[in-house]
Amino acid sequence: MASTYSIKDSLVTSPIKEERNLFNIDPTLLISLLILCAIGLAVLYSSTSGETAAITRQSIRFAVGFIALFFLAQIPIKEMARWTPWLYTFGIGLLLVVMFVGYSGKGAQRWLDLGFMRFQPSELLKIFLPMMLAWYFSEKPMPPKLVQIFIALIIIAVPSALVLRQPDLGTALLIAFGGVCVIFLAGITLRWLMIFGGLAMASLPLLWLNLHDYQRQRVLTMLNPESDPLGTGYHIIQSKIAIGSGGVYGKGWLNGTQSQLDFVPERTTDFIFAVFSEEFGFMGVVLLLFVYGLIVMRGLTIATRAQDTYSRLLAGGLSLSFFAYFMVNIGMVSGLLPVVGVPLPLISYGGTSAVTILAAFGILMSIHSHRKFISH
Amino acid sequence: MASRDFLKNPKLEERYFRTRVYVVAFFVLCCIFILGARLFHLQIVSNEHYATLSQENRVRVVPIAPTRGLIFDRNLKLLADNRPSYQIEITPVEVDDVEQVVNQLSAYIVLEEHHLKKFFEDVKRKQAFESIPLKLNLSEDEVAKFSVNRHRFPGVEIKARANRFYPYSGMSAHALGYVGRINAQEAQQVDRQDYSGTTHIGKLGVEKFYENILHGEVGYQHIEINAQGRKLRILEHVPPTPGVDLILSIDANLQKVAQNSLGERNGSVVAMDPVTGEVLTFVSTPTFDPNLFVNGISNKQYSELRDDMDRPLFNRALTGQYPPGSTIKPMVALAGLHYGETWAGEKMFAGPFYQLPGHERKYRDWKKEGHGWVDMYKAIAQSCDVYFYTLATDLGINKLSEFLNQFNLGARTGLDTWGEAKGLMPSAQWKRAVYGQPWYPGETVITGIGQGYMLATPLQLAVATSKIAMRGHAVRPRFLRATRKPNEPEQASSITAIPSIFIENDLYWDQIITAMVDATHKPNGTAYRTGKDAKYTIAGKTGTAQVFGLAEDEEYEEENVAEKLRDHGLYIAFAPADDPKIAIAVIVENGGGGSKSAAPVAKVVMDHYLLSKEELANIYKDEQKLEIGLASVGVN
Repeated sequence: MASTYSIKDSLVTSPIKEERNLFNIDPTLLISLLILCAIGLAVLYSSTSGETAAITRQSIRFAVGFIALFFLAQIPIKEMARWTPWLYTFGIGLLLVVMFVGYSGKGAQRWLDLGFMRFQPSELLKIFLPMMLAWYFSEKPMPPKLVQIFIALIIIAVPSALVLRQPDLGTALLIAFGGVCVIFLAGITLRWLMIFGGLAMASLPLLWLNLHDYQRQRVLTMLNPESDPLGTGYHIIQSKIAIGSGGVYGKGWLNGTQSQLDFVPERTTDFIFAVFSEEFGFMGVVLLLFVYGLIVMRGLTIATRAQDTYSRLLAGGLSLSFFAYFMVNIGMVSGLLPVVGVPLPLISYGGTSAVTILAAFGILMSIHSHRKFISH
Repeated sequence: MASRDFLKNPKLEERYFRTRVYVVAFFVLCCIFILGARLFHLQIVSNEHYATLSQENRVRVVPIAPTRGLIFDRNLKLLADNRPSYQIEITPVEVDDVEQVVNQLSAYIVLEEHHLKKFFEDVKRKQAFESIPLKLNLSEDEVAKFSVNRHRFPGVEIKARANRFYPYSGMSAHALGYVGRINAQEAQQVDRQDYSGTTHIGKLGVEKFYENILHGEVGYQHIEINAQGRKLRILEHVPPTPGVDLILSIDANLQKVAQNSLGERNGSVVAMDPVTGEVLTFVSTPTFDPNLFVNGISNKQYSELRDDMDRPLFNRALTGQYPPGSTIKPMVALAGLHYGETWAGEKMFAGPFYQLPGHERKYRDWKKEGHGWVDMYKAIAQSCDVYFYTLATDLGINKLSEFLNQFNLGARTGLDTWGEAKGLMPSAQWKRAVYGQPWYPGETVITGIGQGYMLATPLQLAVATSKIAMRGHAVRPRFLRATRKPNEPEQASSITAIPSIFIENDLYWDQIITAMVDATHKPNGTAYRTGKDAKYTIAGKTGTAQVFGLAEDEEYEEENVAEKLRDHGLYIAFAPADDPKIAIAVIVENGGGGSKSAAPVAKVVMDHYLLSKEELANIYKDEQKLEIGLASVGVN
């Protein structure tokens, strides 16, 4: 962790003037996010074969996302802490609404049609759940007691179960993962961690039984994609071919044959990483991983330097959610993890996730820039 | 809010939290490292593997079938042509439900069971992106009907392809053979790559024998396709190399003359140039239209041909095995001279029959009263059976068999076509091997006049005649006169010498040839009727093959025997006797004696080959069609 601050520095009670950022915006995060968005648009241009309508729509989403980021960065974190229970309840409410009146696509009911746009309430929970847990633990002493852990698990389980029912295994896992990260950061003792970890492992067969057929198939396919090259294995095989044929320098922007000739499935959304790595090669991949890594590390730095439990846990939880996002996506596209529908953050085409991710970083920036208001 | 809980210890929590973040950060870095390693493995370590797969993915190699070589006769008349024809093809990958589409197509195109059977067989065998023919040779009507409805059938196309056509139809069928659709078994045998665009293959005859040079080499188009298999652009084009044209030794005119001379009768004519071994005529009647087989014959048509009593599909010239009868007598005589069993002028008394010493059984002569005193010349000219019964017995079966083998009796001639029958030259050893019985002396007696076990094809008899004509120095018979590649001069095919027949004294050749000339030109010769007004000297020998075994004392009376059981008439000859240009073997099934059935056919063919147009016109002046000249043959 590239923290250049000592414990003493982060514990100073007086405002740190020289660290005040213009409009509370953290330049490291902002530049990294802008780079990602630029890469995203470039790859999207290639994977849609130059469809300007898609580029325009995605640009608008980025713009909305940055506005949200800018706006949230201005709100003092303690205000957010106060609204947290209501936001969480609101998110759960939306999930229930989606369950009854949601718009379904591709066999899953995930979207809520607002008339001018469709959005996925499950994405909101990626922010609201860490907030809720951070809020819950912020008033409890460390390490959390067993009862508190149970309550936290229920807080995680409710939205995860609702999302899993849509069904959207990928998002459910990401939401749950964000929650578990918060519990971990909240200081769960090693003993309980091992016990719960063991229980989680033991419940895997139960989870397996509750998966949809197509979800089970994906896991099986991941383990041996060549067993079904024309069926479910096709996605992984083709995406591996795209990535592998990219080589060191890639085939060049707009020149990826796998992508341009339609061999890569879902190439604008979940499998866009295959397009990127085919056209930009290993060099591009290293750059992308560096930017992603930089963002996560910056987020964790902000977490360590936050001055109250709520901010710390929230910053850590959001950063790790972001990490889980690209880890799962790249892992699945490169054949390391099963195919669960997780987009590549800020690169994949898709509105809600882009906006919520940028919004989450607005919160992180707010945490960082409003430290001075908290005194010990 | 931080100070509300008394148990909270901010500093401790801070430190606690930091440790956890360090752990998490370490975990994150590890994960990123694992991702990097995975991608390093895919993109750098296995790059070559995936690059190949990616290339195979997008580039489809589409074969372009070469044009099959043409086949000409010796005067460059076209015997096998390639004509454009329209065929309907389906690319399964571009069609949702192949069976449904085929069903819908049947409204516009007449589809029979054999079309469907072949099509679905191909669908299974070939890859889904390959265009598979459903029906070949569409009628104009079908092409028009489909074209109007084409928009309703994506993935279905009408293609123009070169289609084999035999302008001489049945006239050339037995010599050339024919091509047909490649079947599953043939697909296993041919070079998969080379035949990837080819639909037809030589099935019989010359078409099959010269398949490798007629076929040519496949060409390619490298086409870029997308994941749906749609063609985007051509990356590379390698044109096919067309097959080599064949110029055969067959003379289409002579072929026609021979065929018409046989007329309605079943039989065969094989004529060749004894000097070069070139086969001039290769006729088997009745014949069939090879064009029927090119695009898949219907079951009905096929069973009609197959079940025809006269067996038109049976290639009599190449695979018809007949007892050669008296036609082998000159060769038996030669064996007698060679082995010193007799000399040409030696006379013997030939009565009405022959008996083996100590045996009762009478081997009768065809001439009821016998020939009286005969020497070798007279014995051949008049086809004296008793003379040859005696000579064969003196020689013994083993010498006889060994000697006649040299004339290709019982041995394949090596003609450049496919499916030649071997015939049969019996020997004591052969009989023991096949029947497990000893050879009886009586069997030697009848072998002397070409009866018994002995069998020969018309081709073998023509080759044997050539060998006599060339006094033992013959060459291997062949159909191929020359090959011709596009834009290149003709390349004559080479003559293959075969071992000469060694005879103690070359004079013996002259003696038997003289006897064969006598048989045709002396008034009491068996073929005098044919030879008397010939414009050139013919050395010939008639023969009669028994179809129906007669008891010892029975007499063969033609009128009393059903046509199918009547004797086959045979005739072998070469002319001119002193400068052989043509050697011929004719068999007329159930035609009775060779002198009246087979010899006249041979004469017409030889006339047409040897004489000038004016001379022919003189001979066949009554005839309306000069080239056919049927009348003078006097079909009995």
